[in-house]
Amino acid sequence: MTGAATLKAWAGAALAAPVVWLASIVNVPLKSWQRATGTGGMAAFFLAPNMAIFGIFVLVPLVINFFYSATSGTAYFLQDRTYVGLEQYQRLLDCGSYLDTATCREDLFWKAVHNTGLFVVAQVALMTVVSMATALILNREIVGRSFWRAVFFFPVLLSPVVTGLIWRWILQRQGLLNLIVHNRGGEPHNWLTDRFWAFTAAVSVSVWAHMGFYTLILLAGLQAIPRDLYEAAEMDGTKPARVFWRITLPLLMPNLLVVIVLTLIRAVQIFDEAYVLTGGGPGTSTLYITQYIYEIGFASLLRNPGLASAASILMGLVLVVLTLLQLKVGRRGERKGARE
Amino acid sequence: MKKTRTLLAALSVSLLASASAFAGDVRIMWYSDGVEGDVIQDLLNRFMKDNPDIHLTLDNVAYKVIQEQLPIQLEAGQGPDIARVTNIKELAQHWLDLRPLVADPKYWDDNFGDTLDWMRPDGSNAIPGFLTQLTLTGGFANKTLFEQAGVPLPGDKATWDDWINAAAQVAKSQQLPAAFAIDRSGHRISGPNVSFGANYVGPDGMPAKVDDGTKAFVSKLVDWTAKGLMLKDTWVSAAGSTYRAAADDFINAQIPFYYSGSWQVANLSTKIGDSFDWVATGSPCGPAGCSGVKGGAALVAIKYTKNPKDVAKVMDYLAREDVVKEFSERTLFLPAHKGVVEKGGLKWVSTDKNVGPALDKFVKAAGETLSAADALPPWKWANAYFAALVTRVSQVMAGELSLDDAWDKIDQDIADRVAEAK
Repeated sequence: MTGAATLKAWAGAALAAPVVWLASIVNVPLKSWQRATGTGGMAAFFLAPNMAIFGIFVLVPLVINFFYSATSGTAYFLQDRTYVGLEQYQRLLDCGSYLDTATCREDLFWKAVHNTGLFVVAQVALMTVVSMATALILNREIVGRSFWRAVFFFPVLLSPVVTGLIWRWILQRQGLLNLIVHNRGGEPHNWLTDRFWAFTAAVSVSVWAHMGFYTLILLAGLQAIPRDLYEAAEMDGTKPARVFWRITLPLLMPNLLVVIVLTLIRAVQIFDEAYVLTGGGPGTSTLYITQYIYEIGFASLLRNPGLASAASILMGLVLVVLTLLQLKVGRRGERKGARE
Repeated sequence: MKKTRTLLAALSVSLLASASAFAGDVRIMWYSDGVEGDVIQDLLNRFMKDNPDIHLTLDNVAYKVIQEQLPIQLEAGQGPDIARVTNIKELAQHWLDLRPLVADPKYWDDNFGDTLDWMRPDGSNAIPGFLTQLTLTGGFANKTLFEQAGVPLPGDKATWDDWINAAAQVAKSQQLPAAFAIDRSGHRISGPNVSFGANYVGPDGMPAKVDDGTKAFVSKLVDWTAKGLMLKDTWVSAAGSTYRAAADDFINAQIPFYYSGSWQVANLSTKIGDSFDWVATGSPCGPAGCSGVKGGAALVAIKYTKNPKDVAKVMDYLAREDVVKEFSERTLFLPAHKGVVEKGGLKWVSTDKNVGPALDKFVKAAGETLSAADALPPWKWANAYFAALVTRVSQVMAGELSLDDAWDKIDQDIADRVAEAK
């Protein structure tokens, strides 16, 4: 052994000594625990910290939220609130026609539900198409491919509040977009007080902010498709459109389903970017469910924690259904992968 | 050995109990709109120099913390020893009654008696604190823009129509995006509503249904917005009861007339500088009068303090006539201290020639408010009314609701709030 190697071995041993010492201390109770509980007990031991955190920060608030939804009053502490059973749910669901929000007792809740539905349809469709197109382009041999990949992923790293503020500065009456329009001789437009443009902005900004993540998922799927399939198609003289519909799309379907379900879940939860960008306006045309819950629970002078809790439980149920769908899609993909 | 352990345990418990508030420690939760944080710190430093046994800590926080976090702390029996708040009536059950603690309760009654009902439960004679500033809603006009357009400023008894017509001429002449704006706030449109004959308080002290006065002014406001005379951004581009000020549009000379309140004076002075001349206009008139609505921020003692005597000593100092006078002069806030107001002669600390006349105008206008407006600051349901107005009126402006539907929804929202609070 050379001098350098000896030195390296000594340094390694010196660095490892505290760890070994610590392990020897922990080893005694751990061995006793394993003897007493078996390997199942060891799994429980290692899972316990995570489960404790999950319990304290997720399960306990969930249960407390459920209790809140069965109470009324403006007080924040449960002992000061009045038990009303399912009254808050009845109030939320009391509607002449669910298609006409004006006939609903809580018209703003249903307005938020309708807006969220519309947002989900538009955002999921646009996100899927744009992410797919971007992934297809970035999968080609283009100049500066790594650079472009980084460019498209960069907005994902931004805080949603920053994203909302940037686009607000661009789209507001005295914003960058109107400056450009004005300098080119056009008539500036008040984009954020126009219902159509405010909705379009909310959807587009959300797509801009998150498409990098979904593009990455699709890109991984594209790169997993065997090259020889494309080579065979090329030799057969198959047109590019047919190659896309017959080879790319079917083989990308598991990834695409994951993207659709994930986008769906995130779209239902839309809050921060849209809240900063439009504040729910004009009127209530970009008021989404999460903002409704936040406003009615904390921010509004008409705050009602019980009603906000009931609304969040209903929204939670929708998310549970979507999550189950995601799990089913994921498992189907895994099974298909295993068969292949 | 057992004795030592018992002693140690007792010592630990007593240390823990006292760690939260040592004798002489007083924490003040404070928010600032302008320079008042620096001014109050200066005044507190002087107090600590004269009272070395009392240590004051000023926690400067965002206004949102006062609005959203302090109520939750108070519900839990926690919070600072003193706080500067604006939601003074709804949280009245958490304020400490200083009457048995202050040196001279009569001094407090004589000088702050007119506004004590704003911050104590109905029927109580408690002294919870005092208003650090009296506010009054009112208008501001960009004098330079009016002069450039060759449009004379409407006079003292000019109506809302007079002001909007004049501002519209200025906007057209100077190619501005709109003639005027009112802050997105129920409080702000309540002065005009009252001037058109509105009365929110029913005979039983509970919220009355939306009346003809409110309908008259709100209908005009909606019409002005539809015609592009009122800046659409302020009211339309948000949902719910979110507050939006239009001060920046006035500061950037985008609108010639702006309806907000006296607290904007320092802000306008700082940001406009010598870019243009501006004047306070008071409140334009309606058929019933020319009223704004008073309001204010109060410094209140919190019931859960561990050092009530020290808190009372601090409050006695800050409520002193000379201290209130200095605070008002340096912050450009209207004082709520009767002695200071009656003696007059406030020397506003500003080199801006627009400031003095503007504040004097607000002081004068404070004596012209209608009784229906004066009933609002100490009224428990005022915030519920304000929030319902903003939420529904902005929906009408956005074309989502008709005015007739909006009146029903406003009544329903307020009724829900009352039912929820019972």
